[in-house]
Amino acid sequence: MIEELGTTSEGYMVINIGPQHPATHGVLRLVMTLDGETIIKTEPHLGYIHRSIEKMCESLSYRQFVYVTSRMDYLSSHMNNHGCSLVVEKGLQVEIPERAQVIRVLMDELTRVASHELWWGAMAMDLGAFTPFFHSFRERETITDIMEETCGARLTMNYICPGGVMADLHPDFQKRVKNFVTLFKSKFHEYNELVTGNIIFQNRMKGVGFLSAEDAISFGCTGPVARGSGVKSDIRKLYPYEVYNKLQFDEVLETGGDSFARYMVRINEMLQSIKIIEQLIDNIPEGEFQAKTKAVLKLPKGEFYQRVETARGELGVYIVSEGGTTPYRIKFRSPGFSNLSALPQMVKGSKIGDLVATMGTLDLVIPDIDR
Amino acid sequence: MNNEDLKNKITELFPTATFEEGGEWVNFFIEPTEWKKAAGVLHNAEGLQLDYLFCLTCVDWKTHLSMVYHLSSSLHRHNIVVKIKLDRLNPEIETVCDIWKTAELHEREVYDLFGVNFLNHPDLRRLFLTDDFVGYPLRKDFEDPINMIKL
Amino acid sequence: MLSLENITNTIHEWLNATMNPSLALLSEFVIIGICAIALFAMLGLSLVLMERKVAAFMQLRLGPNRVGPFGIFQTVADTLKLMMKEGLTPDGADKFLFNLAPFIVMIAAMMLLAPIAFARGFQIWDINIGVLFLSAVSSVSVIGILMAGWASNNKYSFLGAMRSGAQIVSYELSAGLSIITIVILTGSLQISDIVNSQENGWWIFKGHIPVIISFITFLIAITAETNRAPFDLPEAESELTAGFHTEYSGMKFALFFLSEYINIFIACAVGATLFFGGWMPFHIGNWEAFNHIMDYIPSSIWFMGKTFFLIFLLMWFRWTFPRLRVDQLLNLEWKYLLPISMINLLAVTLMAIMGWHF
Repeated sequence: MIEELGTTSEGYMVINIGPQHPATHGVLRLVMTLDGETIIKTEPHLGYIHRSIEKMCESLSYRQFVYVTSRMDYLSSHMNNHGCSLVVEKGLQVEIPERAQVIRVLMDELTRVASHELWWGAMAMDLGAFTPFFHSFRERETITDIMEETCGARLTMNYICPGGVMADLHPDFQKRVKNFVTLFKSKFHEYNELVTGNIIFQNRMKGVGFLSAEDAISFGCTGPVARGSGVKSDIRKLYPYEVYNKLQFDEVLETGGDSFARYMVRINEMLQSIKIIEQLIDNIPEGEFQAKTKAVLKLPKGEFYQRVETARGELGVYIVSEGGTTPYRIKFRSPGFSNLSALPQMVKGSKIGDLVATMGTLDLVIPDIDR
Repeated sequence: MNNEDLKNKITELFPTATFEEGGEWVNFFIEPTEWKKAAGVLHNAEGLQLDYLFCLTCVDWKTHLSMVYHLSSSLHRHNIVVKIKLDRLNPEIETVCDIWKTAELHEREVYDLFGVNFLNHPDLRRLFLTDDFVGYPLRKDFEDPINMIKL
Repeated sequence: MLSLENITNTIHEWLNATMNPSLALLSEFVIIGICAIALFAMLGLSLVLMERKVAAFMQLRLGPNRVGPFGIFQTVADTLKLMMKEGLTPDGADKFLFNLAPFIVMIAAMMLLAPIAFARGFQIWDINIGVLFLSAVSSVSVIGILMAGWASNNKYSFLGAMRSGAQIVSYELSAGLSIITIVILTGSLQISDIVNSQENGWWIFKGHIPVIISFITFLIAITAETNRAPFDLPEAESELTAGFHTEYSGMKFALFFLSEYINIFIACAVGATLFFGGWMPFHIGNWEAFNHIMDYIPSSIWFMGKTFFLIFLLMWFRWTFPRLRVDQLLNLEWKYLLPISMINLLAVTLMAIMGWHF
């Protein structure tokens, strides 16, 4: 602990980035050893927002625990709910109606766009450009409005539940989503003009925070972080769930492995999500939005694991059931936690400015890491 | 490789392994003393190449602890689950963070919340909780009368 | 026609007629001091508001619009808030230097006002080495920043101050070299001479491409010298929280904040004087009628218009560009701007000797 406060025995400066710091987007604390501006060592200190969701879930029923998970990765709360619902359905062996499946996928993809929008703005802000934040929020607001109409909430939606979805879609849903798609497509070029094409931005991003494909796998990186290094890791493609295997979309892969590659993955992923939304929005099948399930769910004895692709990568939900109404043990394999573990290696030997660029493209959500 | 082939392969590599039926993936138990060697084999063996450790956790069974390693291959796309029973009073196991780098933080998390001692881990400290915290919260017998809310 | 020159002359004559010369000089000092402070306050208030309005315009927002019509009193309210806040001094800080630093920065900014010609015949001190004075005094503020960073006894402040030192010292070079191009063309360091030399056209038009190059260099250099984005590394908020003024609060912080805007104003005023003819109206060669019409617009409006146009440019930069990294910042200066401005200086010298400019 003493080493964290002053200088190391070699005379390097030790500096705390966080727990309250503009670049960490939450309460992440990085203890960095610096030689001037060059980073010698980075050490993440976690736990500032640890709520022990796993312990909490052990005393919540299978219907209740889904809602706690919205608070993990609050930017992709639909996907968290989705993963939990899928694992419960896997245990119960419930077949959910097609309509519910399509609604779930639509919501997931809308959330993914919203999450990437926020990431885009926040990352540009990390690099010192404030304006993109407001431009991205212009589009994100429309998504949250759509969510609010259907789910009743703007951030922690709690809409997807075991058996289907909580309520049917709002009558205006289709119209408003179509409006959003038109708006997004007409504004998307601004993103590239304002940030992607900027020479300063490219210089800041290219060759920074390099992560090789082997390391990406070894560190368990998933999502855009792994895909930026050319590792195929899209759960929607590899282990399709719901209706993803019937949809036409590409897994965005970049081979650069640097921050710019990760940036481009996310930018292009937004377009792919829009593509999915366009395919589904006119083809929402009629029918029930929820399967008939018992009021009190009981999972059979055994272990169940389900992976879903959130906006940050692979979320794994591991449930050990003893046959009761509550899970015996539950483990969330959160994408942010594994992605963070690669950070110390990625930033070693680079400047403080690069740390911000690298951390921005990792898209860390701290409650997701701490759980 | 499908589950049947995986099973055969694993029996061939580790004769002592005992399988657990019923799961989605191949589940097998292995002795803690063999784990380090087995991990290297699983990572490198031809046809297995389980280079992606996507979930590392522990379950407290009240009589013993069991480590659960979910492994996947980025090449062949098959998954297996390795389980290791540990003594509850003195849980000790070799670290695998030199084989799968992601294990470093995950093992620290398990150490923090379950008290499993990972031998040869480069930096085994509490991760989420403070250094002076007493007890291991995710164990079933953990009680914190002040902060814990029983539902 | 209303002219500021007449007013100053009247005051000067009246003072000299009623008092003895030394007392008159003293009262002129007092008047100038009061005017300078008032100008400071006005500039601070209006520039902060302008910045916020420009930012809002670029960011699809409305900006301040609650206090007074169109939010024009917003900065007044902010100043009141800052004055009422407690000025904290950290325990570990070097208290004397910590409290001194904001004043050094402020005094340096104030001294820079002296040779600026605000309008025809409205200048505090037409010193014969005006341009040299400006570039010399403007580098004094780095002492204040270093002092603030060191005395705060905070690592963020310290890193910010070190960055600021490296940055200002480097960019001083290309700022100086681009100023020298105009000095070569004019043949004088005196501000009034420089302005008068642009009577038949501003240097940016008369000086062909070399002067345009040196104007761009100058613009980049002053952006860096005033620590503004994309060169705001000393206070890079996503890296160093607030850089060298992390520990400052209340009015001491406000002094830093104010002096930043004053420095912007002065840098842009110098730019306007050197490249856009200062208070000189827009004249084209010997188009007598056109020039005469232009003369009807008061010279102070010309000066302020040009200066605020340049300030707007700087704000535009700030709200569109991301920040550079510290090594890229120094690379830009030492590997690109400095060689370019040196070659450019040779080109301008050649141009001046051969008389190729208009």
